[in-house]
Amino acid sequence: MSAPTDGPAALATDVAERIAGIVRAEHGRVIAQLIRRLGDIDLAEDAVADALVTAWERWPRDGIPPNPGAWLTTTAGNRAIDRIRREGKRDAKHQAAMMISDDSPAPDDGPVTDDRLRLVFTCCHPALALENRVALTLRLLGGLTVEEIARAFLVPETTMAQRITRAKQKIKAANIPYRVPREADLGERLGGVLAVLYLVFNEGYLATAGPGLRVDLSTEAIRLARQLTGLVTHPEADGLLALMLLTEARRDARISDGSLVTLGDQDRSRWDAALIDEGHALVRRCLARNQPGPYQLQAAINAVHTDALDASMTDWSQIAQLYDQLLAIQPSPVVELNRAVALAELDGPEVALAIVDRLDLTTYHAWHVTRAELLRRLGRPDEARAAYDAALALVENEAEKAYLISRRG
Amino acid sequence: MTQYLLSVIHEGGLPHLTEAEIQQSFIDTGAFNDEIQASGHWVFAGGLEAPETATVVDNVRGQNLITDGPYVEAKEQLGGFWIIEATDLDEALAIAARGSLACKNPVEVRPFQGE
Repeated sequence: MSAPTDGPAALATDVAERIAGIVRAEHGRVIAQLIRRLGDIDLAEDAVADALVTAWERWPRDGIPPNPGAWLTTTAGNRAIDRIRREGKRDAKHQAAMMISDDSPAPDDGPVTDDRLRLVFTCCHPALALENRVALTLRLLGGLTVEEIARAFLVPETTMAQRITRAKQKIKAANIPYRVPREADLGERLGGVLAVLYLVFNEGYLATAGPGLRVDLSTEAIRLARQLTGLVTHPEADGLLALMLLTEARRDARISDGSLVTLGDQDRSRWDAALIDEGHALVRRCLARNQPGPYQLQAAINAVHTDALDASMTDWSQIAQLYDQLLAIQPSPVVELNRAVALAELDGPEVALAIVDRLDLTTYHAWHVTRAELLRRLGRPDEARAAYDAALALVENEAEKAYLISRRG
Repeated sequence: MTQYLLSVIHEGGLPHLTEAEIQQSFIDTGAFNDEIQASGHWVFAGGLEAPETATVVDNVRGQNLITDGPYVEAKEQLGGFWIIEATDLDEALAIAARGSLACKNPVEVRPFQGE
């Protein structure tokens, strides 16, 4: 539900933006609680949608209520009762009674749990396909409209709507429980949640910012990751947030004149110091806990990079050590590739190229780019040019293309 | 409570188990069956004879066509199944994980339609 855009009902942009911002901020909490009380995602969604219609009608006229979240919760609850009664289902009286009286957490869960945790673990359940998890999480927890999510991912609205429908159908048919996983499973299941958020973040990574036109996925991912670290205490959650913050901090320096600027060449004065400080603080906290994991290690690598005032001051030795640790727990050719880039700075391009050539990554554009850069440094321009061409064939992003073309010569 | 079909998938063509490993999987599966019977999850289960022993009956248009062999001609075939009752999918998946480990094959978990 978003603001009407035509005729006398059209709103001043700033009012509309304020309301949209509040809706997004509160949506997760409101719908999470409603789903628990109703035991039905579709009904909860419809009830919240009804409440939003009322909000969009009344708030511009009467002003935004002092506690908009509470207003939405109460209104959506009432709309749910209306719907239950209207639909006249067999167990309607029972459902309505549950709604009115049951304001407490479900008894079997022990200590009080924030309903948003139940919601995020359900939306990110491993039994759901990853793209469907992403869609459902952004819709329910993020409070984005289907249209907003579709546009952000550059897919038709019907496609995105289908993903959400499939996820909800599977949750219902297979009886996926609305629950925070047991302590023993929490780490693994949290990994699934983090993967969803990281995917969303990366989708926004090289997106060209369009004010008000496209929801910024990186910003959304950071917002949800912040929520998550407030709800669950786990070093990998902190690690992911740190990784996102440290990556996002370099955003303004990443693109210049429509072309990508690599880390070594970026104007570091354009980095966001506040985000870097926050990221570094999180990394230090993670180091103190000493329960390393892949996101924490990647965050630490980014912290070493962002610690250097100048590219020449980069502590490559520490970076290489961190990649060694990462390889030990999450071996992959991509990590080997990134480690080789660090080794090039320590042991020279020849050693690095030998490692890179052993990797089976011919469909990965960054592999070709790395080879191209190393070959260039080794004074083998023809082979370098061939590698740049191979990379260009795999790259779709315009800024990246522009960069590669300029390097290719 | 929901009933689930846990299908044991035989991936034909893949280098599979040694004779000793096969024997061990029988023992482990037997132990697993005992566990889920004791815990009350068991509804029904059984191992199936090889796909070559199957016969397809197609009486859709009243012609009662009979064909030798499994319906789907694929490397992957159904080797057996458990029908269990579980509180929710998480419980069913945990049971399937133990079943898959015991019988040394992937297991597909599918909910039955509600009443």
